[in-house]
Amino acid sequence: MSASLDKGVRVLKEMIDAPIASYFSSCVHCGICAEACLFYTETGDPKYTPIHKLEPMRRIYEQEYTLLGRLAKRVGLSKAVTDAELAEWQELVYNSCTLCARCSAVCPVGNDIVYMVRKMREGMSAAGHSPEGIKGAVTRTINIGSPMGVKLPAVKAQMKHAEADYGIPIPLDQEGVEYLVTLSSMEIINFPEYLGAIAKIMRHVGKTWTLSSEAFEATNAGMQIGNSDLARVIVSRVVAGAEKLKVKTVISPECGHAYTALRWEGANLIGRPFTFKVQHIVEVLEEFRAAGLLKLEGMATDRLTFHDPCQLARRGGVIQPQRNLMKMVAKDFVEMPDAGFMNWCCGGGGGASSIEEGEELRLEAFKRKKRQLEAVKPDRLVTACANCRIVLEEGLEHYKMNLPVVGLTETIAEHIPDA
Amino acid sequence: MKSVLPDCPGQTVGEALLRRGVSRREFLQHCGLLAALLALPAAAAEQLATALAKARRPSVIWLSFQECTGCTESLTRSASPTLERLIFDLISLDYHHTLQAASGAAAEAAREAAMKENAGKYLVVVDGSVPLGNPGYSTIAGVANIDVLRETVKDAAAVIAMGTCAAYGGLPAAQPNPTGAVAISELVKDKPVVNIPGCPPIATVMTAVIAHYLAFGALPELDGLGRPKAFYGETIHDRCYRRPFYDQGKFAETFDDEGARRGWCLFKLGCKGPVTYNACATMKWNGGVSFPIQSGHGCIGCSEPGFWDGGGFYEALSMPARPLQAGVAAAAAGVAAGVAVTFFNRRKKAAAKAGHETTTLEDLEQ
Amino acid sequence: MDTLQFLTWVRGTGLNIALVIFVLGVLWRLAEIYGLGRKKDLSAPRNMPGASGWATILRRSLPPPGMLPTSPVSYIAGYVFHVGLAVVAFLFAPHIALLTSIVAAAWPGLPSQVVDFVTVVTMAAMIAVLIDRIARPVKRFLSTFGDWFTWTLTFLPLLTGWLAVHHLLLPYTLMLAVHILSVELLLVFLPFTKLFHAFTAFGSRWFNGAMNGHKGVPV
Repeated sequence: MSASLDKGVRVLKEMIDAPIASYFSSCVHCGICAEACLFYTETGDPKYTPIHKLEPMRRIYEQEYTLLGRLAKRVGLSKAVTDAELAEWQELVYNSCTLCARCSAVCPVGNDIVYMVRKMREGMSAAGHSPEGIKGAVTRTINIGSPMGVKLPAVKAQMKHAEADYGIPIPLDQEGVEYLVTLSSMEIINFPEYLGAIAKIMRHVGKTWTLSSEAFEATNAGMQIGNSDLARVIVSRVVAGAEKLKVKTVISPECGHAYTALRWEGANLIGRPFTFKVQHIVEVLEEFRAAGLLKLEGMATDRLTFHDPCQLARRGGVIQPQRNLMKMVAKDFVEMPDAGFMNWCCGGGGGASSIEEGEELRLEAFKRKKRQLEAVKPDRLVTACANCRIVLEEGLEHYKMNLPVVGLTETIAEHIPDA
Repeated sequence: MKSVLPDCPGQTVGEALLRRGVSRREFLQHCGLLAALLALPAAAAEQLATALAKARRPSVIWLSFQECTGCTESLTRSASPTLERLIFDLISLDYHHTLQAASGAAAEAAREAAMKENAGKYLVVVDGSVPLGNPGYSTIAGVANIDVLRETVKDAAAVIAMGTCAAYGGLPAAQPNPTGAVAISELVKDKPVVNIPGCPPIATVMTAVIAHYLAFGALPELDGLGRPKAFYGETIHDRCYRRPFYDQGKFAETFDDEGARRGWCLFKLGCKGPVTYNACATMKWNGGVSFPIQSGHGCIGCSEPGFWDGGGFYEALSMPARPLQAGVAAAAAGVAAGVAVTFFNRRKKAAAKAGHETTTLEDLEQ
Repeated sequence: MDTLQFLTWVRGTGLNIALVIFVLGVLWRLAEIYGLGRKKDLSAPRNMPGASGWATILRRSLPPPGMLPTSPVSYIAGYVFHVGLAVVAFLFAPHIALLTSIVAAAWPGLPSQVVDFVTVVTMAAMIAVLIDRIARPVKRFLSTFGDWFTWTLTFLPLLTGWLAVHHLLLPYTLMLAVHILSVELLLVFLPFTKLFHAFTAFGSRWFNGAMNGHKGVPV
């Protein structure tokens, strides 16, 4: 059975629930969601209005679940959704939406628009209208183990490097430890300093931890493409790994959507509550800080600002911890306009960064981040998401802005006194 | 020819007044009042007086059909003596069931004589509606109302429909209108018809209309419902002395509460003043003594077409007739329908779920 | 049918019909929407003060930080006309008398002159949002027949009510009847158009607030 319009429509029928019905019934076409969406604000093109990205789903809702919609469909006033239409909407549902949820945060009638986009992607992927880039990432994750094609030997190689650099052993597959540390493949390939930083911090605070040979990859392209069946396969690996090693807590890496996949969607995907806790590394660090376990030395004197990853802050509820941590290490910490809950997306979340044909639009949307940065003129940009970090670096390079982007965890680790 | 009153026929209004000892000063005063009532400029009073004094008293034939004689009661009880006298000095009332001395064949002969004598000049006043359901429902001397009306109006100069029955059908036309009662204006199409609605109407309005007709040779300006604008141009509510209470939201809630004692607005007690066009609030009744609202009862809207079918007199205008029953019935039906639609929708969703085919990697490709 | 008969019809039969359709429609639509249900969230909740459905129902009544300057007409005129509609509909003495007869509860109204002023301001605000809908590319892009239709449905009761009170255009009786009829049309169409947000906006805010509240995000 391959993807088809029928399958997509059937999946959308399955997805439509009371919240979605309520949201569609509440929309008054005020257009305020557009003002919150960087794809609209930076292009001025009304087709990027968030609620418009859901038009096919709205029609299916009306035609299938409402009295007047059913009547209208029967007498031919309301046309059935076509395959061509879904193909046209692919750009709107994937390329121009990073699931950043600013629209959900501003809608005056309270519509959680991004909740609907996530569900819409279920139907789109089932109908075969998802971007090649994300499809590839899903395929690699399922077949190889990670979206970037990273396999265990590559992880082991990085473990060796870190052990050599920091002189700290990196535990693998140790049962009964407190923390299972997971990684995003970007950290394995692009930002290996993360692993060393974790090792340094864990030794400093005296906590036991481990990596897992079967659950090292935390990212979930299945969730990004919006397919629960595939997302379930991927998240089940982490669940199996964590349960096998009997850890108390699984630490989501510096990656926004991995956090959402593990922390919020995971239990719902496997259909039962987790037997372990899931925390983002920033939450873990905050716990260490609050418990007085972090005894840092020295403060950075250059001007630092923090980019809130959408899935961590607005979508994940972690807003204050990163600020507490920044203040521990930065003398000159400045906030960008709209920072925190209303922060603007880097432009590449929700799988958008792996869509090749969306690059031009992504860079256009980056102008918003550029303005935010120009308003505070930082010397370094700190964040807590490897995907944000790559997208930010690309954007900064494109606009020829010379601004280093660093991870929060490694920034903290830099201030840990050598043992 | 016989007149109801022992005045010589054919004399002018001025002569008749003089004979009755009405001074010129009194007459001028009265003309001033009439001019004011008709909303004419002050200078018109003199003009009116001159014209009236010279005018010949017109012959008036008063026909009563399906009515209660309340209109005549109103006419005779017109409180101002000057007015009452004027009603009779102004016109030559040649035929009127209730007021004329003659009866039987003599009465009908008087009508026929007046019609013949004043052909094309006499006025016909009608109170009561005409039954079209069956000619036998209402007859005069064995002749059906409709036939009397047709015959009498044929040579008339104009027709005055006195009271709500003549003007709009009135109580006889109330649903289900068993006699098929209709208004005079529906039967008389080739003569000017002035409607002076009210149950009963204000007698002075008739006087004023006739005076206008005599003085200026034309009927006063009428509104869309054939009523003289001068008297029916504004609603009772607009000119009501209790209006300030309405604007302040002060209402009597019952007929014996504090609000009622303080004379607050009777809107909530069903006053139809806001939709009733009449001069009661300004001219008042019984020589300007009072009018229904002043006596503590809301206007029932008796001068409006269809007032008899307009819902309870004590239901506020903004009130729906019987919303609660309908609302409760609808709510019950809505709950039942809601349960049904929920069941239906859930079954549909469950079917979609049951038909779920787990997506594999190959399925991503179309 | 003369005007008083027309008025009688809209007050009686007409209102009953409208009320039945409204009540039936509202219950039907509520069942249609909320009967669909939703899955229980199995992830471990994070508790945070102010992060709940109820908090969001209140919080969304104010523009989120930084949003007011992006859509000033939507927010300000929108606010004015919603409050204005509520004031005119529920605090005008004759309206209270009507509602009292239905819900058997009474409350004090505002002086007619105040209601009159509010009506004019409300109409002005509605005209402002209409112009905004025509002038702003996004709003124009999103607009369908339903948007123009529901604007008219909402505006007519205000306009006809105001004209009736001031005895303009049509005789009062007829205008009052037209006014009541316009409200009946509003009632009839409310459950089946975007006007139903008068009910579902609270449900939507609650869902949004509750689902994000589960994550400890006060949205």
